[in-house]
Amino acid sequence: MGSAWTVIKEILRGSAITARHFFVNMTFHTLRLFGLRTARRGAVTVQYPEEAKPLGPRHRSLHRLRPRPDGRPSCVACMLCVTVCPSECLTVEAAEDPDPEVQKVPARFVVDLNRCCFCGLCVEACPVDAIRMDTGEIRLAALDRKALEVRLDKP
Amino acid sequence: MAADVLIVLAKAVLAMTWTLLLALFLTWVERKESAVMQDRIGANRASIFGLRLFGLFQPFADAIKMFFKEDFVPSFARKPLHWLAPAVSFFCVSVTMIAVPFGDAIRLFGRRIPLQVADLDAAVLFVLAMLGLGVYGILTGGWASANRFGLIGSLRGAAQLISYEVALGLSLVGLIMVFPSLRLSRIVEYQGGLLFGVLPKWGIFLQPLGFAVFFLAGLAETKRVPFDLPEGESEIIGFYTEYSGLKFGLFMFTDFLEVIVFAALAATLFFGGWQVPWLGDGGFVFPWGGRIAAAPWAVTVLRVLSFNLKVLFFCWLQILVRWTYPRLRYDQVMDLGWKVLVPAGAFNILATGLVLAVR
Repeated sequence: MGSAWTVIKEILRGSAITARHFFVNMTFHTLRLFGLRTARRGAVTVQYPEEAKPLGPRHRSLHRLRPRPDGRPSCVACMLCVTVCPSECLTVEAAEDPDPEVQKVPARFVVDLNRCCFCGLCVEACPVDAIRMDTGEIRLAALDRKALEVRLDKP
Repeated sequence: MAADVLIVLAKAVLAMTWTLLLALFLTWVERKESAVMQDRIGANRASIFGLRLFGLFQPFADAIKMFFKEDFVPSFARKPLHWLAPAVSFFCVSVTMIAVPFGDAIRLFGRRIPLQVADLDAAVLFVLAMLGLGVYGILTGGWASANRFGLIGSLRGAAQLISYEVALGLSLVGLIMVFPSLRLSRIVEYQGGLLFGVLPKWGIFLQPLGFAVFFLAGLAETKRVPFDLPEGESEIIGFYTEYSGLKFGLFMFTDFLEVIVFAALAATLFFGGWQVPWLGDGGFVFPWGGRIAAAPWAVTVLRVLSFNLKVLFFCWLQILVRWTYPRLRYDQVMDLGWKVLVPAGAFNILATGLVLAVR
C-alpha cells in the first residue's frame, strides 16, 4: 500500500511539472502578446528565417579569398589547399602574375560545394592566409548542382 | 408537429457543428498546448493572406492536405470492411453527443426548448453502449486491412476497450445510486442542490473514488497516449497501418471526438453539467448570504458557458495527461484495468450502498 501512494504521488508530481511549465510559459506568452517584453520568453524557440542565432566566432561557412590592398586576390596559387583538401573540392588554375615578387595568381579558383565538407583544412594550409571561411553565408541550398560550384576569384 | 421536427433537426445540426468544430480546433489546441508545455511555440506558420492568428488556420491546412493525399487501399484488403471501419468508428462516437445536455432550456415563441438533442430515458447506458460499439471500428479496421500489425493493434484495442468498459460501467453505478436516474438531464438537475449547505452537490464531491475510476477508465477508452496500445506508434503502427488520406483522417478525428465526448461526460456526470455553483433560476444565492439577481437569458448564457468551459477544461486536462506520461506496457494496462480499477469500482458501489443505507 505504501508503494501505491508513492506511485500516485510521483504521477501527480509529473503532471504538476508539465502543468507548471504550461502556466508559466502561457504567462510570458500573454505578457508578450500585450506588448510587455520580459527578459524571459515563453519559449526557447528561435524562429529561424526571421531571426537567426549569431554565428560563433569560430564558425566555418562559405569560403572567400582575401584581397590585397590593390583589390586582387592575395592567393599565390601554391596549390597547398588543393593538396590538403580531403574532399577534393578545390580547383585552382594558376596564371602568371605581372608582379615578379608574386609570380603566380589564380586564373580560376573554384570551390565545389557539392563536395566540400567544411573541414577548414584549406584555411589552415594556406601560407599567405588568402582563403578564409568566415563569410557567415550558411544558406547554401541551390536547385542546380552547377550553382554550387562557386568561383572565388571573381566577386 | 413540423415545428418540433424542425427544432430537433436544428438542435442536432447545431450540436454536431459545435462538436466537429471543437474537434477540428482541438488538433490545433493539442499542438499548441504540447508546445507550450515543452517550452516550444508550435504550429504558427499557416496563414491566410499573411494573417497568422497563432496558426489558427493549421487545422484547415491539415484538412486540405488530407483531402489531396492518395486514398490507398491494399489489394489484399477486404474493401467494403476497409471502407466501413472509419465510418463505424466515427459514427459511434459522434452520435453520443445527442444525449448530452448543453444547457437547461430556452423559451422561444412560447415553447420550452431544452438545450439537448434527445433526452433519452437511458442516456447513460446509451452513451456507454455507443462508446463500446466503437470497438467494432477498430476491429474491422485492423481485420479488413489484412495486415499483421493492424491485426495486433486491433486485438489489443479490443481487449483494452472491453476491459476498461467494465471499469467505466462500475464507476458509474455509484453515481446512479446517488442521483437516481439514467437521464443525463435529470442527473444534471440533481447536481443543482447544495451539500452541507455550502458545496455545490456535484458528482465529484459525492463520488470522489467513482470519479477517479471513471477518469482513468475514460482515458483508456479514448486510447490516447498513456493507453495508446492499439496504436503503439513506435512499435506497431496499429489498427490504421493500412489507412491513408481521408480515412486515416477520420480515425484521427474520431480520437479527438472521443476526447470531447469524454470531457462532456465528465463535466455532465461529475461536475454539474451546465450548473453554475450557487446559480438558481432567479440568480446567484450565496450560502454566506447575499444574492445577485440575474435575468433569465443571462442565467441561460451563464449555464451554457459553464458547460463549455468545463468541457474545455477536461479537454485541456486530457491533452496535459497525453503529453506528460509515457505509454504503459500491455500487462500493466491489463493489471491497472482488472486489478485496480474494477475492484476500486466495486468497492465504490459497496461504500456508496452502505452510506445510503445507513443515512
